[in-house]
Amino acid sequence: MEYHLNTPLKEKDVRKLRIGDIVYLSGLMITARDAAHNRVLKLLASSEKLPLDLNGLAVYHCGPVVRKLNGEWEIVAAGPTTSARMESYEAEFMEKTGVRMIIGKGGMGNRTAEACKRLGAVYTIFTGGAAVLAARGMKRVVDVKWLDLGVPEAMWIIEAENFGPLMVAIDSTGANFYADLKRRVDKNLMEKVYPKIGFK
Amino acid sequence: MPENLESVIEKASILLLKGATTIIPPDVKEALIKARDGETNPLAIAQLNAILENCKLAERESKPICQDTGLIIFYVSLGENFPIKGRLKDILRRATVKATSEIPLRPNAVDVMMHKNSGDNTGRYIPWIEWELVPGSDELTVTAFPKGGGSEAPCIAKVLSPSQGLKYAKKLVVDTVAEAGAKPCPPVSIGVGLGGTIDVAMKIAKKALLRPIGVRSNIEVLANLELELLDLVNSLGIGPHGVGGKTTALTVNVDYAHRHPASYAVAVAFNCWAARRSKMKIYPDGSVEFVTHKILNEWWR
Repeated sequence: MEYHLNTPLKEKDVRKLRIGDIVYLSGLMITARDAAHNRVLKLLASSEKLPLDLNGLAVYHCGPVVRKLNGEWEIVAAGPTTSARMESYEAEFMEKTGVRMIIGKGGMGNRTAEACKRLGAVYTIFTGGAAVLAARGMKRVVDVKWLDLGVPEAMWIIEAENFGPLMVAIDSTGANFYADLKRRVDKNLMEKVYPKIGFK
Repeated sequence: MPENLESVIEKASILLLKGATTIIPPDVKEALIKARDGETNPLAIAQLNAILENCKLAERESKPICQDTGLIIFYVSLGENFPIKGRLKDILRRATVKATSEIPLRPNAVDVMMHKNSGDNTGRYIPWIEWELVPGSDELTVTAFPKGGGSEAPCIAKVLSPSQGLKYAKKLVVDTVAEAGAKPCPPVSIGVGLGGTIDVAMKIAKKALLRPIGVRSNIEVLANLELELLDLVNSLGIGPHGVGGKTTALTVNVDYAHRHPASYAVAVAFNCWAARRSKMKIYPDGSVEFVTHKILNEWWR
């Protein structure tokens, strides 16, 4: 199934999504990598306010290439980064901010899948490395926070327009496309690959 | 020696970086098209089509293929009779700074101790330069090799015992690829280095990644090993970006060094589908030849 959704996302819309579905997203989203995840959690732990209410928004695992033209930031290239690095932060991040969609690449683990199920959220992937294609769905930079973390790690606040195709890889039933992949690959390793090189 | 040779090298190096980061090498493009045409899994075909479409847009709009424009690595083969030697490091460093703002590239050099991004892709030892001195030559050959972070994470080097040997070296390769899964942006290129000390094994594994896809080792036993490993890796079923399919790797390139009697070092290095590398030659008279990215010759004139 193909869906066109707007942020802030509603729980009932997100709960309809299933792994393999395609989503095109419009509205506000933020980029956050390791350092921005860490800062969000630290700020919330000390009861400080975030620069933006993230409830219902999407978080994109991305450190873009940007340039400033006539005082305005332009997104030049902005594909996803490896989501696994954010696994240790994500469940708590989702719970405390109310984001309903994580966008990245390469898959996420059980803790994120469990949080998606409990909170009514999804993890979706964009083709890794397809940075110019991705930038086409990012209409404008609304703001940037925390440039002290460096350009890739800063929080870029983006207005998306039909950003996608995003493939649902973890849905709110807890189904995890990449956990299934891991099982399949391990089975192939044991049954097809090891015997050919003399291991049982 | 022309008076402006230094500035020729600097300008050509900026263009070299632009080619490397915005235009996929022809052999890689061809391998990706071949992979797409050979897949039957619709999800794999969709991923490869997105990759190819992205490459087309990046080239047309002169934008980086991937937002991770890498940590900048140069391979330099310096002819012993080339007129500029000691200044090359500074020239390549300057070219990196200028390329970062002109192309633009993402600033990717982060101070390990201070956690600060330098902002211009230079820093302590960075850009890293691998030097080779070429006897009797008066040419300078530079390969820009911007290395992305996602495909760096699963790289591994290990010293096996000689009794474990090649059998366990093969196991290390397949285990490492299986564990990496979709994280290094498959279909990947894999470099394998055998022998030497652990650092030598990794150096030759990385250097093997410079060899174009489709060019097998000229040592027959290695060429056969490359084909065997490629077949093994591709039967894992990871596929493009982990959606399944036949193409987990586009190539496995192997090289070896003589080993110590007591050790059997193995290194496995990855490159993502965007196996970015661009090579040029500069002659003492200041003429420049872009070798992998022919289009750059037109832009240079």
